[in-house]
Amino acid sequence: METIIKGLKTNRSFAITTGLVLFLLAIAALAPVLAPYDPTFANMSDAYMDPSGSHLFGTDKLGRDCFSRVLYGGRSSLTGVLCLVFCVFAVGTTLGVLSGYFGGKVDIIIMRFSDMMISFPGMILAIAVAGVMGGSLLNAIIALTIVSWTKYARLARSMVMKIKRRDFVDAAIVNGGTSSHILWTHILPNILPMMVITAASDIGGLMMELAGLSFLGFGAQPPAPEWGLMLNEGRQQLQTAPWLMIFPGLAIFVTVVIFNLWGDNLRDVLDPRNDVED
Amino acid sequence: MTNKQIASRLGQIVLVLLGISFITFCLIMLAPGDVVRQMIAGGEDIVVSQAEIEALKKELGLDQPFFMQYLSWLGRAITGNLGVSFMMKMPVTEALWERMPGTIILSVTSTILMLLFSIPAGIYSAVHRGSWFDNIVRGWTFLGVSVPGFWMGLMLLFVFGLKLDLVPIVGGDIGIDTLILPAVTLAINMSSKYTRQVRTAVLEELHQDYVVGARARGMSESHILWKEVLPNALLPLITLLGLSLGNLLGGAAVVETVFSWPGLGRLAIEAITYRDFQLVQGVVIWIALMYMVINLCVDLSYNYLDPRLRKAR
Repeated sequence: METIIKGLKTNRSFAITTGLVLFLLAIAALAPVLAPYDPTFANMSDAYMDPSGSHLFGTDKLGRDCFSRVLYGGRSSLTGVLCLVFCVFAVGTTLGVLSGYFGGKVDIIIMRFSDMMISFPGMILAIAVAGVMGGSLLNAIIALTIVSWTKYARLARSMVMKIKRRDFVDAAIVNGGTSSHILWTHILPNILPMMVITAASDIGGLMMELAGLSFLGFGAQPPAPEWGLMLNEGRQQLQTAPWLMIFPGLAIFVTVVIFNLWGDNLRDVLDPRNDVED
Repeated sequence: MTNKQIASRLGQIVLVLLGISFITFCLIMLAPGDVVRQMIAGGEDIVVSQAEIEALKKELGLDQPFFMQYLSWLGRAITGNLGVSFMMKMPVTEALWERMPGTIILSVTSTILMLLFSIPAGIYSAVHRGSWFDNIVRGWTFLGVSVPGFWMGLMLLFVFGLKLDLVPIVGGDIGIDTLILPAVTLAINMSSKYTRQVRTAVLEELHQDYVVGARARGMSESHILWKEVLPNALLPLITLLGLSLGNLLGGAAVVETVFSWPGLGRLAIEAITYRDFQLVQGVVIWIALMYMVINLCVDLSYNYLDPRLRKAR
């Protein structure tokens, strides 16, 4: 935490990108205040209006204001992707730590499972899982968690196995420390920076996958304003109302760029090699 | 790889296929909605009697306990019978064969396009590190990884299909004109990753001692680059290519959908949308099999391509 605050002061590009990330989050949080219209309010007489002063991004086939929908879309897209990253991070790290620390049968079972997931194109399984369970944002998050956790598990496992051999862990064992004590106070703090960096730099990529599932109809469901779903709806009107597809896509693109930049800078600031290297 | 390693990899493939098929089978069993009712109604809104449902359930063996159902599916699958797709109104294996050409053509074309761009761009920007070209390439690759493929596809469709009217916007058939946009979309999407990879690999090789040594012995820069550096730098690319090709063969689902390209990925999505679970099961297994076989072939190819391994055998 202190490193991050120090990084904010010393690393300009990290400070700027952090500011941009906060700005995005603020837009999403303040969507009800900023949005000029109700994102789900349909007014058929206003359908397919070109972008103009009263409707910045135009309106869709139901006369809903596209600008308001993009703003509100930030809420579901951002909360969705943050939940997803948290789930992947939590599941992967937990399984990886257990696997690395306890070894033996636990390790074999978890790693065989992860081998299986890795020798398989993830997106197709995610589509199958989300599709079969029925389209909803939650199911899309579950599906992507199922196919993405292995990367974190492998990373956590390899780091834990390295740290486990170090003297301070032996010392804690000799002093009669319990497994949970050692895990919480010695192992986790050491692997956390690297795990957080990995999670932070994955936000952008996972966001595109989540939007992809929504785009296919296996994520958020209408009438919810969600960027992937809006692209799906806008796709049919490519010819008559291209703005319906341009703006939500641009929103995804800008958000992903910002998160990717932020992830790269966070990596520079936290530089895990100072923390984990033996 | 030794014969023993190959055998163990083949064993692993079988295990993964078993695991994947079991997981998808469980998923399908847990799926909400009455599949049998849907199968009879065939998407139309007609009344289906309970007796009809029971009869079909019995016919399909769906009244059996779960594990027996899986075993009987497995038994048929081993003989090459993956069931019948009610959506396509043909056996699942035939549906898969029908979509294979589309998927292969698209994957191979987009990979070739991508390589035609990435390898020269990556090499040039590594050799002329810090030049304006290098900066453009680095900016491009950064933006490239941040663009969702399906959105870029839609934008290309909008610009080249609608505004410039160069290519048809309604796909569906396999042809040069319908192939261009999906192939370019996938190629651009992959190119940022590969350009970066090539650039890093070449840069790394250029800093090796043998390059310094070759320079000291007065070899020409072009000789060093083409004869010494590139073979070393580009060899690891093959592994990455294998993974990408495997992913493309199955995972281009989103782009295939955008362009209505008749490939396997779109077949999977249609099957899921219509809840045609025999077909879902079949597509997933088939894609998994292709993915693993390609990766095995890639690893095997190292035996022949990498002189160090050739000697070790």
